[in-house]
Parts: sequence; C-alpha cells; structure tokens
Amino acid sequence: MTSLPPPSPKKLGLVIDLDTCVGCHACAVACKEWNDGGQFGPLPDEDAYGAEPLGVWFNRVHSFEVQPRRDAAGNGPLQQLAKTGFAENAPAMTVHFPRSCLHCEKPDCVTVCPTGASYKRAEDGIVLVDEDKCIGCKLCSWACPYGAREYSEKRGVMQKCTLCVDRIYNESFAESERQPACVMACPTRARHFGDLGDADSAVSRLVAERDGVALMPELGYAPVNRYLPPRPRRAGCGAATPEPAAETLDPSQLSPLLRWVDKLLSR
Amino acid sequence: MHPALSVLFFTTLSGAGYGLLGLLGAGVAAGLWPHGLWQTGAPLLAGTVLVSVGLFASTAHLGQPRRAWRAFSQWRSSWLSREGVAAVLTYLPALVLGISVLSGTSGAGWPLLPRVAGALLALGALVTVFCTARIYSSLRTIPAWHNGWVAPAYLLLGAYSGGLWLWLLAALAGRDAAQDWQRLGLAPWLLAAIVAVAMLAALIKLLYWRHIDGAAPRASVESATGLGRFGEVAAFERPHTEQNYLTREMGFVLARRHAAKLRALSLALGFAAPLACVVVALAFLTLSPALALLALLLGSIGIFVERWLFFAEARHVVNLYYGARRI
Repeated sequence: MTSLPPPSPKKLGLVIDLDTCVGCHACAVACKEWNDGGQFGPLPDEDAYGAEPLGVWFNRVHSFEVQPRRDAAGNGPLQQLAKTGFAENAPAMTVHFPRSCLHCEKPDCVTVCPTGASYKRAEDGIVLVDEDKCIGCKLCSWACPYGAREYSEKRGVMQKCTLCVDRIYNESFAESERQPACVMACPTRARHFGDLGDADSAVSRLVAERDGVALMPELGYAPVNRYLPPRPRRAGCGAATPEPAAETLDPSQLSPLLRWVDKLLSR
Repeated sequence: MHPALSVLFFTTLSGAGYGLLGLLGAGVAAGLWPHGLWQTGAPLLAGTVLVSVGLFASTAHLGQPRRAWRAFSQWRSSWLSREGVAAVLTYLPALVLGISVLSGTSGAGWPLLPRVAGALLALGALVTVFCTARIYSSLRTIPAWHNGWVAPAYLLLGAYSGGLWLWLLAALAGRDAAQDWQRLGLAPWLLAAIVAVAMLAALIKLLYWRHIDGAAPRASVESATGLGRFGEVAAFERPHTEQNYLTREMGFVLARRHAAKLRALSLALGFAAPLACVVVALAFLTLSPALALLALLLGSIGIFVERWLFFAEARHVVNLYYGARRI
C-alpha cells in the first residue's frame, strides 16, 4: 500500500556528525558488503572492472567546501562568527558528507509508486522496497530529492537503504550489534542510530545539543535523519598565519669566533 | 532528466491517440459526427492503435514489464497508477462505440448508446492525458515540471496532435468527394478549431518556457547539505569517479546547452509548418491529403522535439549534491 500510514511515534533513523566524519567511505563499503549478502541483496555491479563500472550503493560520501562569507574587508559577519566560531579570515573548510535515505515522514517516493512495492512501515517509519513487487518504473527515484534510490539495471528493480532492518531486529545478533552496518563500521563514531521520535533517546538529545539539521526542509518531505553541523572552531584557529618576521640575530649571544665570522661576512 | 525514448514515445503517441479519441468521442456525443466506416471507424481504430502502441512503449521503460499489471493497484496515491487505470477503462467506451459503428447505424444523428459511449470516451481520454501530465507535474523534486503549465500543455498538445491525425484521415476519406471543398476533409470550422488549439498550445509552451527560465530556485546546495549557516557551499569531491544511476538518469546537460535552438525548432516544425500546410490546403483543396500527411509528419516531429526538451531541460534537485548550486 503506497498510501502513507498514520505517523508513528517511533521514527528510526540516523544522526550523522559532520564534525567527526573523515570521509573514509567505510560506511559505504560496510553497507555494500552487508546488503549485498543481506535480505535485500544482492547489490550487483555492472562492468565492475571494466571501462565504465556502475553499481548500486545505498550510501555515498560527498565532500563539500565551505567558504565563510566575508564583507569587503574580508571579514565574516559578527553574528556568524559568534555562532560558528569561524575566525576572521578563516580559510575554507572541507566537510565530508555521507548521503543515504533519510526515511522521510512524508516520502513522495512511496506515494508515487504505482504497484505498492514502496512502503513506509507503520511501526517504525522505515521506508522499504518490496523487490518482488517492483516493476522498475524508476518514478520513485525521480520523486526523491536526496538521491537515496538507485536502480539496478541487472535486477530491473529499485533498491535503497533499508536502515539494515535485517540487522536491527535480528535476534541472532548480540544486542550491541543490532545496528545498521554503516553505524557499526564508522571508525570515528560519526554515525548514530536510534529513535528520533523519542525526545529522550540518545540520538534526539544529540540533535538538541548540537543543533542538528534536516536537509532541504523547504521541499516538505520531513526527513527523519539529522546532520550535526561541524563544531565551532576555536577563535583564531585556522586564521591565516601571518608571514614570519625576518629572522633576528643577536651577535652578543655568539661565541667570540662566530662573532668575528659574522662581522667579517656582514661587511 | 534523461529523455528515455520509451517515455517520449509513450507520452507523444498516447497523447495523439487520446486527442483523436477525445475529439471523436465529443463529436459523437454532441451528435454532430458524420456516420460511416471512414468517418468514425477509421479515427476510432487509429486512436486505439496509437494509444495501444504508446502504452506498449511505456512498458519498455520498465525493468520488470511482466509485473506491469501491478501498476493498477495504487490509484489512491499514485498518478502513474491512476493513469494506468484510466487508460484501461477508456478502452471500454471505445469498444462500445466500435461495435455500434460496425452494426451500421445510419441517418442523421446518433442513438443514445453510442452518444453515451462517445461522452465517456472523451472523458476517459481527457482524464488519462491529465493523469499522464500529473505523473510529472506532481514531482516536487523537478521545478521545471512542478508547475501549472504542464497539465494544460499536455492536454492541448494531445488535442492538437489528435486533430492532425483526424485531418489526415478525413482528407483521405474525402479524396474522391464530388465537390472540391469536401476534399479538405474536415468542416472548415473544425479545421479552424484545430488551428486555434495549435496556437493556444504554442502560447502555453512559450509561457511555460518563460516560467521555467525565470522561476526562483526551489533549493540550494546550502539547504541540501545543511551547511548554509557557515557560508557558501560548493561540491569539492564526488563520492565516485565514474557515473552512477543518479548522474546518468538525472544529470542530463546537453539539452540546456542548445535549448534556444531546439525550442525554435519545435515551434517551427510542431506548429508553424502544419499551420502553413492548412493555409496551402485552403488554396489547393485537391492537395489536401498530401498536405494533411505532411502536416502530421512535421507536427509529430515538432511535438517529439518538444517532449524531448520537456525531459532533457528539466533539472532534478539531486544535482545539488553533484555540483549544481541552485535548482
């Protein structure tokens, strides 16, 4: 059924820390590995070692450059400095940005599906594709602003992040491992999994503490996942270092021999 | 957006077919349509074939065409599903009208049953083309489609291209007519109406292009990354060195580079050339069938270019993650 279920109190999702993400792609690789063999796999590649490799990934890690806004004198606005801690004349910042399904509360990718293959789970809000019903019309990928869905040319169906639904409820795993593969793999703990519908959950508190943001809220998809912005830089940190002053030499500190050499060479 | 041939053929052919069926159905419902196999049967058959070929072409866009029947199930939420349901339902009045044409009613006017079937056929054609347009115009991710110009353009272009088919069939039917003016095929007022629809459709396309060229962006790379509070954001490195599904399907650049030329081409072939054919046909009535064929061929090419542009010019907001700054 591609009509949306009534909003559930439980909203499982990810919180991704852009401050600590180092752009290592471990999440993307771990995701590919798990889901290739998991319940929603395989994730086949085409021409994997050829001239034009192509394949389905549920997770893509971009890198963006952020240039602080400056006035004519080269200074950023003061309010901005107070909020972001960007020092005056700070150089640009590189932000690594993992992109995956945001398990939106109002996912058009679900409602446009003509077959009922795309659905949002009533119990926890996870957005899934039933690959046995998918006709591969690709309309859901057109309806997603976040590029979360990738079509498998080999399988003829649409595939997407499952929030590792085959891990997080998997009772054959130890409690601590019932987390998405990307979260488990992240070496800097930049990815957090939990219930964003519960204001007291660890992830919700993290979002409140760090002023987490939703992506493209203006489009009205009400994404569940949140991104934690980079932490304020220390004042002065990263400011363009001044040119080092010319070296000074105090001849009185030198030994008599070197003082004579200095005197001789300075002529 | 990548302009897939299957979708281009689907929207243009089924648009023309439903345009033809819609005109025929409306004419029969009003009781104005002439009787006869050539006059009623030929447009009915041609319209049904065009629609069927278009719908069949659309299944070529599917990864799993054998499961296409599933697409009739989600009409409550999906415009694609509604389009499928409306398309299939429209075959029913076409069938009823076909049977009553074959059973050979004659004389002035039409009995009640074919008139009701004609009305339902016209309604079905209208609803189906509207649903086709809404598949695209409902997508908030593609500002060039998510606007009020798309549905009128689809409906008018469907009626217009159906009108070109109608003229050809009528001109062929009237090629041996006793009087010269009958060789034009259509009643002058009907031909004038088709010309008026063509001009209105061209006007709507011009306004559509003006709209998409001047519309304020819906989203920015800053909002797409949530990093706008820090300053200006620019893509620095892609996640992959090769293309992926998203960049292939949604990152189509060629059309926007040549948009002005292609728009002019679609207007010239799609509208100006067929209208010139109408004018020449009025002067040389006996040439009507050849001119109607020429008008249909050139008009169809023009509308195909228009539809290609409709897809190829449209930018998807996912490109904000791949180097675009505002969409």
